[in-house]
Amino acid sequence: MTINSAEALKEHVAKLKSAAAPETKILVSMGTCGIAAGTTPVLEAINKYIEEKNLQNAFEVVEVGCMGLCHSEPSIEVINTVSGNSIIYGDVSEVQVQAIIDAGADEIARGTKTVERTWYYPEKEENTTNAIQAKVVLKNSGRINPEVLDDYLVNDGYGALAKALCEMKPQEVVDEIIASGLRGRGGGGFPTGKKWQFAAAQKTDEKFMICNADEGDPGAFMDRAVLEGDPHSVLEAMAIGGYAVGAHTGVIYIRAEYPLAIKRLRIAIEQAEKAGLLGKNIFGSGFDFNIELKYGAGAFVCGEETALIHSIEGMRGEPTFKPPFPAVQGLWKKPTIVNNVETYANIGAIIRKGANWFKTIGTAGSPGTKVFALAGKINKVGLVEVPMGTKLKDMIYTLGDGIVDGKKFKAVQTGGPSGGCITASMIETEIDYESLKALGSMMGSGGMIVMDEDDCMVNVAKFFLEFTLDESCGKCTPCRIGNKRLFEMLEEICDGRGTMETLDKLKSLSMTIKDTALCGLGQTSPNPVLSTIKNFEDEYLAHINEQRCPAGVCTSLISYQINDKCVGCTLCARNCPVNCISGEKKQLHEIDQSKCIKCGVCFQACKFHAIDKI
Amino acid sequence: MSSTFAPGAKTEEDNLLVKSPEKLAELESYIDSLPLSENPDRNRGFLIQSLHKAQEIFTYLPGCVQQYVADKLKLHRSEVYGVISFYSFFTDQPVGRHKINVCTGTACFVRGANKILDEFKRYLNIKEGETTPDGKFSLGALRCVGACSLAPVVMLNDKVYGNVTTKMVPEIINDCED
Repeated sequence: MTINSAEALKEHVAKLKSAAAPETKILVSMGTCGIAAGTTPVLEAINKYIEEKNLQNAFEVVEVGCMGLCHSEPSIEVINTVSGNSIIYGDVSEVQVQAIIDAGADEIARGTKTVERTWYYPEKEENTTNAIQAKVVLKNSGRINPEVLDDYLVNDGYGALAKALCEMKPQEVVDEIIASGLRGRGGGGFPTGKKWQFAAAQKTDEKFMICNADEGDPGAFMDRAVLEGDPHSVLEAMAIGGYAVGAHTGVIYIRAEYPLAIKRLRIAIEQAEKAGLLGKNIFGSGFDFNIELKYGAGAFVCGEETALIHSIEGMRGEPTFKPPFPAVQGLWKKPTIVNNVETYANIGAIIRKGANWFKTIGTAGSPGTKVFALAGKINKVGLVEVPMGTKLKDMIYTLGDGIVDGKKFKAVQTGGPSGGCITASMIETEIDYESLKALGSMMGSGGMIVMDEDDCMVNVAKFFLEFTLDESCGKCTPCRIGNKRLFEMLEEICDGRGTMETLDKLKSLSMTIKDTALCGLGQTSPNPVLSTIKNFEDEYLAHINEQRCPAGVCTSLISYQINDKCVGCTLCARNCPVNCISGEKKQLHEIDQSKCIKCGVCFQACKFHAIDKI
Repeated sequence: MSSTFAPGAKTEEDNLLVKSPEKLAELESYIDSLPLSENPDRNRGFLIQSLHKAQEIFTYLPGCVQQYVADKLKLHRSEVYGVISFYSFFTDQPVGRHKINVCTGTACFVRGANKILDEFKRYLNIKEGETTPDGKFSLGALRCVGACSLAPVVMLNDKVYGNVTTKMVPEIINDCED
């Protein structure tokens, strides 16, 4: 089947919509984390039961991408397509499958756990339930089968491309994106439309559209969710961008650590080419556009656009000085647009519904939504999409359901290794690009790692520095050597060897690196240090002045000792991996401090609070 | 390391291509299937994917394989080695039959990934990035597999273990039969 005009697309979608389909749909979450949590046997059980009972005409099983409910995987959703009723089940096991299918979409199966719907779809409905989440980017993720093109088409897929190619001039597309106020979702927040304008203004024979899918920030997985759950939305947006700036080649640079996303992208590109939605003369408009895939090979710095371009060119992924910006001189020295996956995933909705509609979501300075990956010491780990300007409190306590084991919230790290921490006192902050910057952090790609009272902030800063050290490309001195010195100073402090002079040096060297490093990686690498010093200076001082780690994390500063609550149950001794606990049954036990590796296993195992962490 | 640099050196690994002609044929047909352009400068853009394929076939990238890829793409061997040494995904050293990777991403870190990694090091008596002398296990750390809800996470080959505790370390190792 080839779709060679906008009319043909409309006809095809109308045919799909009128085709007979089973009344009840069962959506099964088959993203990477769903599969890791055990969705595959659940899916098999569902298919087996439907086949056994001959229910193929009543139920349609759809394998979907990430629903964002990582905390409740395996999760499935049962929808009645006629009444619109839907129930989401979490932590589903094979034994519950029969009861869930028997109950259908209108009543809740007994002995199961349901998950509340906390989102609405701004493109389709009003927010009548006061939902905190608004799904624009993730509107199809977890709703459609990402490996079936028709599933995408029936949900307005490629409608925006048809509109752009057949009804708009390239400059009108650029103007619409500028008017929408869309900003780069990869972290920097540069206005997307302006970037497109720069490239559109260049007069050359060749230009490129690149999709940056090198999601390297540990703890951020929104791009993976989009690529696994709705790959066509990115392809469509790249073609729209290509038309707007005058590029005919798109390149998706994706990290090799995402095999499932790579597989689904490959399938999607093949399908789109076959259907004539990519390739020559798309929709009969005379516009040609092709997309190829390039793989990363495990280098965080390749998320930086100039480094990424060098990597596509088959070189070491080292950044170069800007200007010239890639929009003027990028891949193979031609004007190149580099946008992030999530940025692209917004384009379709803006073209379909218009810039004015887009600006009704979010804040004046940062319109639209942002996807965040909530992780760390939080009850409901997951992927959430909220309008810009949503309060941090709503995300952590309402969507995230608070801190694990009822512990005290300490800080949340945004922006990964380039960002900073936000403390409990700033929990009312409305999140957007500017507010995070004002707090000494940054949006980054949207990872949010929640930390509780048991996390040592000096150690956290050390962790991020270690990451930067690992990932620094080594090209410029401030990043290569400066970060190494920062790391050593943090090590000194964590070991109790730090002095007030160390702390002063830490601050001044951080500022120097910020001012002098070549690329974004180096310029932002001291952020975690500066931000933890600013917000948790007391913890640094405790390490320096009292040789004490208040959170009890830094192993050089703690020791485990058995107190007289010990009843001699021997549980600690049996669990100790280095056999350094001795004592007779029903007698007080003792830890041999010279052998103890401070792993904390005994502390966790003891049921009598008989082990003190000092 | 010096042996991998000497062109044409007759070391054991140099026989790798001769020893497994079917693997060499597989790599050759892959590179030949690439849409190499008329512009030789741009063919460098196929280097990283060719190395991915080569490592998939040979499990690591010894000097002879580097030289072969360099010749096919008309690059200098040093350019190929420069790329291999830059990207952490590529290795020019043989790896174990089972790859254990402890996720040390931020979510796993705050949930105690370091203790898990330490326990693997202690149990296998190797450091991060090393292989056991019998060639059975390689131990590594990786940054985020995106399964943050299951933190801390360990990957054994392609299998993901979630909510790992130090006590589970011997069990995970025992899951490998040979």
